[in-house]
Amino acid sequence: MRAVVRNRVVRRVAGTLGTLFGVAVFVFVMLRAIPGDQITAGLGTEAAALTPAQRAALEHYYGLDQPLVTQFFSWLGNMFTGNFGYSARNQQSVLDLTVQSLPVTFELAVLSIVLALLIGVPLGMVSASKAGAPRDAVGQAVSLAGLSIPAFLLATTLLSISAASFGFNPNGQGFATLLEDPLLNLQQMVLPALVLGFGIAAPILRTTRAAVLEVRSHDFVRTARAKGVPERRLQVRHVLGNALVPIVTMTGLQFGYLLGGAVVVEQIFSVPGIGRQVLLGIQQKEYAVVQSTVLVIALAFVLVNLLTDVLYRIIDPRVRAS
Amino acid sequence: MNSPLLEIGDLSVAFRTRKQDVTVVKNVSMEIMPGQTVAVVGESGSGKSTTAAAVNRLLPDNGRITSGRVVFEGRDLATASEREMTAIRGAGIGLVPQDPMSNLNPLMRIGDQIAEALEVHGVAAGKAARARVLELLDMVGIPDPARRIGQYPHEFSGGMRQRALIAMGLACRPRLLIADEPTSALDVTVQRRILDQLAQLTAEMGTAVFLITHDLALAAERADVVAVMYQGEIVETGPAARILTEPEHEYTRRLLRAVPSLSSARVARPEPATPDLVVVDGLRKVFPIRGTGEELTAVDAVSFTIPRGRTVSIVGESGSGKSTTANLLLGLDDATAGSIRFDGTDLAGLGRRELFAFRRRVQPVFQNPYASLDPRYTVEKSIIEPLRVHGVGTASERRRSAAELLEKVSLPASLGERLPHELSGGQRQRVAIARALALSPELVVLDEAVSALDVIVQAQILELLAELQRELGLSYLFISHDLAVVRMISDAVHVMRGGRIVESGTTDEIFDDPADDYTRELLAAIPGAQWTV
Repeated sequence: MRAVVRNRVVRRVAGTLGTLFGVAVFVFVMLRAIPGDQITAGLGTEAAALTPAQRAALEHYYGLDQPLVTQFFSWLGNMFTGNFGYSARNQQSVLDLTVQSLPVTFELAVLSIVLALLIGVPLGMVSASKAGAPRDAVGQAVSLAGLSIPAFLLATTLLSISAASFGFNPNGQGFATLLEDPLLNLQQMVLPALVLGFGIAAPILRTTRAAVLEVRSHDFVRTARAKGVPERRLQVRHVLGNALVPIVTMTGLQFGYLLGGAVVVEQIFSVPGIGRQVLLGIQQKEYAVVQSTVLVIALAFVLVNLLTDVLYRIIDPRVRAS
Repeated sequence: MNSPLLEIGDLSVAFRTRKQDVTVVKNVSMEIMPGQTVAVVGESGSGKSTTAAAVNRLLPDNGRITSGRVVFEGRDLATASEREMTAIRGAGIGLVPQDPMSNLNPLMRIGDQIAEALEVHGVAAGKAARARVLELLDMVGIPDPARRIGQYPHEFSGGMRQRALIAMGLACRPRLLIADEPTSALDVTVQRRILDQLAQLTAEMGTAVFLITHDLALAAERADVVAVMYQGEIVETGPAARILTEPEHEYTRRLLRAVPSLSSARVARPEPATPDLVVVDGLRKVFPIRGTGEELTAVDAVSFTIPRGRTVSIVGESGSGKSTTANLLLGLDDATAGSIRFDGTDLAGLGRRELFAFRRRVQPVFQNPYASLDPRYTVEKSIIEPLRVHGVGTASERRRSAAELLEKVSLPASLGERLPHELSGGQRQRVAIARALALSPELVVLDEAVSALDVIVQAQILELLAELQRELGLSYLFISHDLAVVRMISDAVHVMRGGRIVESGTTDEIFDDPADDYTRELLAAIPGAQWTV
């Protein structure tokens, strides 16, 4: 029994490492497939004026004269020692940059997910409580809106209304982290979290609705009713409990996606998250910034998946057993 | 005589469908006295379960009571509020549902699910509830209740789950218990023990039982009064013994004739000895148990033969290894040891190509006609598929064979255009048989092929199988848990238990003079075994 469990853990860790390695190779190759490099990005058209000797010197400086395989493994090896590379534009190490931006994105992701769950799950349950009724139509309309209104449109609309009509524009000033100024930080986070949360509420609402409808048709719900369980308790203990697995799956997926940084929303609200870090890195062709940050994001994604699996085990005793 | 506990008067129930309202229960009237057991018997779709669901008002969303009354202890439940119903359900009227696999919440401990019934009615909570649950588990015959109380449904066998459901239904000592096919999903020997337990408990508590069943023999054995339902109406009511001996209604008589009983005659008579088509010798199949490193021997030292044109049956309960044997014979799984010779060739030595050719000669028909047909294939497409896979004939020839095959299984050719959901269970099973016959096989493996069907339909399908056997010289391997059905169709019978054949013989030998204790137990467990219908 023991050996089997250990075997499973080993397999799981190996799978995770394999995934991360794949991501590393993919980002590395993609970045180099894009025309231009850090030199052209830094100097623009003037890069053409470089003499071959100057160019070679710069390439040597950035390590671009090394064979690709060497570049790849020296980057990967350095990652393990905590050396994520250096951003010339920011005059900062990528590790320092990430340490600043990751918590910001994490906070935004948590707030968005909480909002999404608060909107999506109750509305999904209300929607499912009488499929086809007006309340279902309302739920469906909300989820359709959430899915079809682009984040940039909702973000800019919210921003202009709150700024122009109510004079509320906390994002206009410099960004404050949660530790520096909690109140200002939350004010700055509320609008982006709302925009993201609304978008994510839609798939969560749909998943909840479908799962609740499915679970409600199960025999055990009727049996619980026959036992005299009142409706509210029935919905929460028997129906929602069993609907949780798909809801958790969907939430985990969305959370992982958010950790990748909601680039557009972060940009509009000037939130210095990890998405912006990657975006600026791509614009500047700062290979180290993009590669290392993407790998961190991938790791976060994998960890969220792991967490989802742990949640399954807590929710469903059958998963625990198998 | 005191007043009835439950009085159903002129009850009608309708289901709303897209087109119109369909009345599925028509003017049903019946009474249940306190402590009495009343059985309602009928085939699926007869309205018996709907009648029961109307009593505790748990009709599906699109169903409603259109007229009549359901008076329980002086109160008309047809007009009671949802709040009143919640108070009555569980406390006044308990329910033991049909399928133990789907009727327990998979995420809740068994003990908590039973305790919930006590809690919601304020009977007991906390420690007192736990004590009562332990007592209930013990009462329904669950060993080691202190350990079982904290387990989840997936850790219980089917029989154990059904016991837990009975404990749940009786937790608040209701005056009436609705038992809707309480044992039809269980093996016969388990079925008998559970019904005995149920009868004993309800007698002790003075609980009246409203028993719903498709099994006339079971109803007659367990109930004081039997009501026969057909197409939404009660066609006959009376004391159990009278219904069996002097049925008045035509439908009851048909039902009685169709019931396979241990004394029923074999559908087809054997002819002189024929050469063996299949010789199974020392068959063994071992499965590794996932995640434990241990092994399960599903089939062990099994040997038997199937002569050409004959029916050989394997009988046993779930887990006896009978379906594994069938799968080995179909070439769907590889044996661990032993040999299967088909028409002189050992299956183990066959390559991919030869196995493909072999599969033409052996065809299966499975238990569940709802699951074994592709819901998006028309009947014709399903029947033609094996021909297409094996590249037999041109498209038009195949269509012609489909029509012929439908005729062979007594279905109109026009049915070819229909989809499975438009057919009845019996029709679907006929389609599955037609599909099995498409490649003109020599052996048909029937794995519980009639178990999911109502008795009358079952009798028709057995007739059909016997007819096809005479006409086409087919050999059958018939896998079943139902001894009575086996008797109707078999030439030879093998009784399996725990992966081994415990007894073999001709049909008459097994049924008239069983040598093995287990065979005797199986025979005794059949409901109505003591009635010679």
